Amino acid sequence: MELLDVSLINWSRGQFALTAMYHWIFVPLTLGVGVVMAIMETLYYKTGKEEWKKATKFWMTLFGVNFACGVATGIILEFQFGTNWSNYSWFVGDIFGAPLAIEGMLAFFLEATFISIMFFGWKKVSKGFHLASTWLVMLGATFSALWILVANAWMQHPIGMEFNPDTARNEMVSFWSILLSPIALNKFFHTVLSGWVLGALFVVGVSSWFILKKRELDFALRSIKIGAIFGFISTILIIATGDGSAYHVAQKQPMKLAAMEGLYEGKAGANIVAMGLLNPDKQYDNEEETFIVKMDVPVPKLLSLLGYRDGDAFVPGIKDIIHGYTLSDGTEVSSFAEKQVSGKKAIQALNDYREAKATGNDSLAVAHKAVLDEHFANFGYGYLEKPADLIPNVALVFYSFHIMVALGMLFLVIFMAVWFFHWKKKLENVRWLLWGSLFSIPLGYLATQLGWVVAEVGRQPWAIQDVLPVQAAVSSISTGSVQLTFFLFLALFTALLIAEIRIMVKQIQKGPGNE
Amino acid sequence: MTTYAFFQHYWWFLISLLGGLLTFLLFIQGGQSMLFSLSKTEDEKRLLVNVLGRKWEYTFTTLVTFGGAFFASFPLFYSTSFGGAYWVWVIILFAFTIQAFSYEFQSKPGNVYGKTTYRSLLFINGLLGTFLLGVAVATFFTGSDFTVGKDNITNIASPVISRWGSGWHGLEALLCPRNLFLGLAIFFLARTQATLFFINRLKHEVLENRSHKYLLYNAIPFVVFFLAFLISIFLSEGFAVQDNGAVYMEKYKYLHNLIEMPVVGILFLLGVLTVLYGIIASILKQSFKKGIWFSGVGTVVTVTMLLLIAGYNNTSFYPSSSDLQSSLTIFNASSSEFTLKAMSWASILVPIVAGYIFIAWRALEKKKTDMDDINSDSHAY
Ligand code: HEM
Repeated sequence: MELLDVSLINWSRGQFALTAMYHWIFVPLTLGVGVVMAIMETLYYKTGKEEWKKATKFWMTLFGVNFACGVATGIILEFQFGTNWSNYSWFVGDIFGAPLAIEGMLAFFLEATFISIMFFGWKKVSKGFHLASTWLVMLGATFSALWILVANAWMQHPIGMEFNPDTARNEMVSFWSILLSPIALNKFFHTVLSGWVLGALFVVGVSSWFILKKRELDFALRSIKIGAIFGFISTILIIATGDGSAYHVAQKQPMKLAAMEGLYEGKAGANIVAMGLLNPDKQYDNEEETFIVKMDVPVPKLLSLLGYRDGDAFVPGIKDIIHGYTLSDGTEVSSFAEKQVSGKKAIQALNDYREAKATGNDSLAVAHKAVLDEHFANFGYGYLEKPADLIPNVALVFYSFHIMVALGMLFLVIFMAVWFFHWKKKLENVRWLLWGSLFSIPLGYLATQLGWVVAEVGRQPWAIQDVLPVQAAVSSISTGSVQLTFFLFLALFTALLIAEIRIMVKQIQKGPGNE
Repeated sequence: MTTYAFFQHYWWFLISLLGGLLTFLLFIQGGQSMLFSLSKTEDEKRLLVNVLGRKWEYTFTTLVTFGGAFFASFPLFYSTSFGGAYWVWVIILFAFTIQAFSYEFQSKPGNVYGKTTYRSLLFINGLLGTFLLGVAVATFFTGSDFTVGKDNITNIASPVISRWGSGWHGLEALLCPRNLFLGLAIFFLARTQATLFFINRLKHEVLENRSHKYLLYNAIPFVVFFLAFLISIFLSEGFAVQDNGAVYMEKYKYLHNLIEMPVVGILFLLGVLTVLYGIIASILKQSFKKGIWFSGVGTVVTVTMLLLIAGYNNTSFYPSSSDLQSSLTIFNASSSEFTLKAMSWASILVPIVAGYIFIAWRALEKKKTDMDDINSDSHAY
């Protein structure tokens, strides 16, 4: 029997990351611009002013171009669970499949149906019907985000399930606890808001360009005001939900938190790093310094406070997680080695259980089942070899996290400034701000991509936290096949992105006046 | 019937229905495969692109939902087939991915690769999307080369449950003539239905007349290949399941299913006749424009019943020809009772979805489409 090799796992992960990152170039803008155009059409509906209609249609065209790319990349993402992560699909498909199915049935159809009215119905349906369609498209898009983020949140913190040794998989026991998991809801808001922030940056940036060019001033000032207010509110909310995200990570994925903060040695009353340069030689088992330079956020004990809602709480570092630790509330957490032993027991017990069942020895099976239940929480650790397997890429997670947060603060300042100068009716003269807004568009993309890097790289090696590591989740195909599809998708998506950007730029240059 | 078995049957029915709807909606792909033959001038091409372009998302969304629903209700199929017949599915996905942006991009300035490139991508989608989906579904009857071993999960070094035998990862299905029959049948059916759709939707004499001609050219091979497929599966052995779950080969299994499930059998025949009626009536009478509705409804019913024949009445819906006992049935491949029930609650909303699709479709299609329509539409492709 062929053994799974590391390169297969890495290429499969690479392919998933590639598809997800491309998908996430297109989707957040759809989420954000969707709201903006719906607001504008509402203003058109209320005031009857043609200028609002013109603005709505302009943003709608850009929405359409972008939406098509989201669809194209999304289908591959969905089917990739089957093609490249087949073991995963069986092992947790009973839980993970349902949100995907419901997403298709309820959200995608809503979006796909009303998008045709939105684009082609201007002259065919009443104003009210059209407005409703635009909102329904936006709702459909947001709804689909809800289902897929529920699924993602579940992978980060699996709940509402039980392992069934007869079918060798996890099975759902509570739909509502999966849907209403606080982690899922928080993730939904944080992620959708990141789309809103990006959409707002996009609207503000593009409008700034028109103002700088002294073109379409009426349109640009209308748009920029909506964009700035919308962006300001969204950024406040994203910071608030970001705090929720960090809290949940601290509670459920301490290794991710430790990586986000570059925290090797845990401590009580831990600070948050404001900026730092990591020492590339640092390993969990050597005595090197973690940082070459570092500056903490001036508020002391912030990490303990945010992560545990208690300034003196102990925050475990990477070393502690490997060697075992005790939380401030007295909870003892086992070391990697102990969990690994326990995980191997669980896997062995599953094997013994199935053998006993196969030979009809039910009483023996019951005994093995008891062992399995006792150790199942560590099931996934049984597949890991050494402590280092448990540690994600610290540098990638650390820098991604800090840049995302810093950008969030920057966006807040930009939106406030634009709003302020617009209110003062001086915006046209503040050219540095207009240029700054224009150049923040790519930063918005960067922030939202980095968010996913934190969430997904930070949870390695887990496909399902503590239950299934990536090496046990992957399909049995040759590395060569995956490499080939990787490059195929890379070429296709890149070609697509190039065309998309050029089309968007042309549409923007054309402006709202000349359809 | 225990409730679990009821839900397993219910979900196989929904999957079959989605399969039927998808097959009907592939008329979009059929139309795309004729972009360079049915339409000669640029105006004609534009007209075709635009009537198809207002509907492509229904097909696409149905495909995505088909995949999602299959995953959720029969995850072992998802993991075995997608992870095993890797290349077939990847090519199908690729063929649909290139469709998703091609409508939106083709007429936009700055699209880098030019109109013809995007139309060629639509053409490829029409060709491969239909044919390969047909081939993939044919393996539900003809079997594939895989094993399923749930005990593998306890093998730390090599825990993969579903394994594919052939190094071609699905492409080997192209060597079996019976699979090709269905692939070609679906391809020509999609094209046949596209001509019927054009006859129904377009106000353009030249294209209408040409569609009538193309109808005949495509309907004949469709009927031939479809009959060849039906005869070959009805007369061959099928993958039957004993009460204890053991799979064995039974002579005339699919024919037996047709007879032992009379409702399915009768609906199947009615479906086929309705398709034929839609086609023949349109060929015989130029003024008959409603052929698409007959062939469409007929297609949905026929394909749904065909899939029921593959999965109901103790039959393996995804058989393994190399290891019979690895074959998938609606019982051993399904989700848990809890999950099927939870999703069944959600499926109650499907009629609402169907309702608004109907309203939206009607709202845009009050009259036939002609060039003026397209020229006056700010979002035309
Ligand atoms: C300013 C303060 C912010 C904080 C404290 C924060 C915190 C976090 C944390 C802890 C995660 C990881 C969640 C997980 O692993 O489950 C995360 C993920 C993410 N962040 Fe942020 N974030 C902030 C700002 C932003 C901004 C400005 C954007 C984009 C415009 C953004 C976009 C994302 C995205 C897309 C994810 C991945 C999805 C998710 O897990 O929610 N974040 N954020």
